[in-house]
Amino acid sequence: MLKQVHFNRSILPFLLVAPQIAITLVFFFWPASQALYQSFLVEDAFGLSTEFVWFDNFKELLSDPQYLGSFQRTAEFSILVAVIAMFAALVLAAMADRIVKGAMTYRTLLIWPYAIAPVIAGALWVFMFDPTLGIFVYALNALGIDWNYKVSGSQAMTLVILAAAWKQIAYNFLFFVAAMQSIPKSLIEAAAIDGAGPMRRFRSIILPLISPTSFFLLVVNVVYAFFDTFGIIDSMTQGGPANSTQILVYKVYYDGFVGLDLGSSAAQSVILMAIVIGLTVVQFRYIERKVDY
Amino acid sequence: MKLTNILAGAFTATAMTSLALSAQATTTIQWWHAMGGANGERVNKIAADFNKTQSEYKVVPTNKGNYTETMTAAVAAFRAHKQPDIVQVFEVGTATMMAAKGAVYPVYKLMKDEGEPFDINAYLPAVVSYYETTDGQLLSMPFNSSTPVLWYNKDAFKKAGITKVPSTWDEMKTASEKLVASGMKCGFSFGWQSWVMVENYDAWHNLPTGTKQNGFAGLDTKFTFNNDAVKNRLQKIYDWSKKGLFKYGGRRGDSLSMFTNGECGMWMNSSAYYGSIKAQAKFAFGQSMLPLDTAVAKKPQNSIIGGATLWVLKGQPKSHYKGVALFLKYLSSPKVQAWWHQETGYVPITTAAYNLSKTQGFYDKNPGTDTAIHELSLNQPTPNSRGLRFGNFVQIRDIINEEMENIWAGKKTAAQAMDDAAARGDKLLRKFERANK
Repeated sequence: MLKQVHFNRSILPFLLVAPQIAITLVFFFWPASQALYQSFLVEDAFGLSTEFVWFDNFKELLSDPQYLGSFQRTAEFSILVAVIAMFAALVLAAMADRIVKGAMTYRTLLIWPYAIAPVIAGALWVFMFDPTLGIFVYALNALGIDWNYKVSGSQAMTLVILAAAWKQIAYNFLFFVAAMQSIPKSLIEAAAIDGAGPMRRFRSIILPLISPTSFFLLVVNVVYAFFDTFGIIDSMTQGGPANSTQILVYKVYYDGFVGLDLGSSAAQSVILMAIVIGLTVVQFRYIERKVDY
Repeated sequence: MKLTNILAGAFTATAMTSLALSAQATTTIQWWHAMGGANGERVNKIAADFNKTQSEYKVVPTNKGNYTETMTAAVAAFRAHKQPDIVQVFEVGTATMMAAKGAVYPVYKLMKDEGEPFDINAYLPAVVSYYETTDGQLLSMPFNSSTPVLWYNKDAFKKAGITKVPSTWDEMKTASEKLVASGMKCGFSFGWQSWVMVENYDAWHNLPTGTKQNGFAGLDTKFTFNNDAVKNRLQKIYDWSKKGLFKYGGRRGDSLSMFTNGECGMWMNSSAYYGSIKAQAKFAFGQSMLPLDTAVAKKPQNSIIGGATLWVLKGQPKSHYKGVALFLKYLSSPKVQAWWHQETGYVPITTAAYNLSKTQGFYDKNPGTDTAIHELSLNQPTPNSRGLRFGNFVQIRDIINEEMENIWAGKKTAAQAMDDAAARGDKLLRKFERANK
């Protein structure tokens, strides 16, 4: 109430937010509405014959076992990527937090993978695990594991999960280290004086105090696994073998840009959009509340 | 000194103006293609050579990525009214292009409208039949066509004591057993498996891949590739894989390295891998015709092609199309075709180019390089071996790939996988029918 009185009614605030609103309109609302409209159409590739079919594209998707399978795969993939990336980052951050000498070097090295483009990350892992040329495959064969991710769906899934998680570790590490450094040293020292060992201090003090960061990272990681892993999958498996690594975002690309089935692709992106909105709501409802502890 | 400078400057300026004027007078023809690497440079050479033969038109080739990306780019450009004059589209995109009647300018019509003499009989029947209407009118200009052949490692054959290159599947088995016994990791592998092991397998044994003449006679077609012959063959290959006679190495040409690094003694894939194998293999290699299932057919019919053709798109100024017609004519001239064929391993598209290569002694110097042409022209193509025309075939081929991968992973029997592939494919055919009424 008070704030409103301070400003005369002018168009200045509207002018100031106008660029942001314009950008949102042009780059979000307009394409989103186009996708929504397209999802009600059945159309040939060139757009020469168009039929308005209401929810047929959605009905078809939801009755397609391939699409539902893709949903399940996406859930598995996202959860595993998020858990592995966060757990590894947490362990590394806890270690880096305790290091006194050369801490900067360690941190810098651990942050490097974040600067790698997803496609490059994918190419690196493909080279290391190629069934014919890969260096790690020699080791796996020596252990008696018949490694061929081009045939085995579960091996392909393992590989893309590892690659996707590896790339995200750096980002998580950065946040965890920052969160740990913001914990007052006095708390940890007090616990140490009371006789708590490093494990106990980590479990009872550090972990609860960084929980807002952890929750934030969980949401970010799931969103990352949902949407930003396209490049990794495209460069490693193209969704194969036998669709076993085809997650939702890859299927949108595949049906739209390879299959030229724009209606179905648009319907899938509308469903994905709904998922993002859902995730964002979760993030705001819970994180906004917990972030000031 | 100063004066000469000014004079030189004035001269350059005049020259530049006249150059600019002449540049304006030439009509630019955009050609989008999917040829990367060495073949991309060859495409540039063809365009540059054509541009040198006349001054009215200038063909500008642009690489738009792989086949799928090029086609998608052309489709998107068409929707934005910024389409190129010519676009290279792979053979599985044929039905999509054909159905887009408002977007493509059929080659036979272009030649007629522009008054360029054009004789379809000059072209190899097995090459053009893929791209003809049911009444024999050519829709797009074949550019790079190949067909699957059996590549084999001569040194490995010698070591394993194989004297005769397999020509039947029974011989494939014995040869593979000998190769594995001689210490090789696998007998044979193949790439582009839907094309090689389903589409070409059917054509080779004169079996239909789908109803309605493999889709040539109408959009209301259904798949029949889930026949007993295909199922039996794939099931046997899976059974062999347990003994290492066969090893799957991924889609497209991913398994090439298994052949060139000596893991597998035989490899079935496109004849156009000639250049790559020659560059990578450190052993003597040869190519031979695809093996025959003697229980299914007494003799092979003919193989079908893969590769791409050039489609002319509508919507350009009238003045462009004369140039396009002239360029397509230049492209199919014997000299250009023979050169392209000998450099790349793609088949020549005209009989004249084939004969020219013969008189130049290319096949004597490079034995086996005419295998692809022999396979394609073994017999007059039947409705089963003329080619395929199925809508949404890019996706359907991937469905077949997926289901075949299920066989190799032991998740499904061959019979189950092929039935599932046909059922899933039929759904996409119906969808295409609906979108292209």
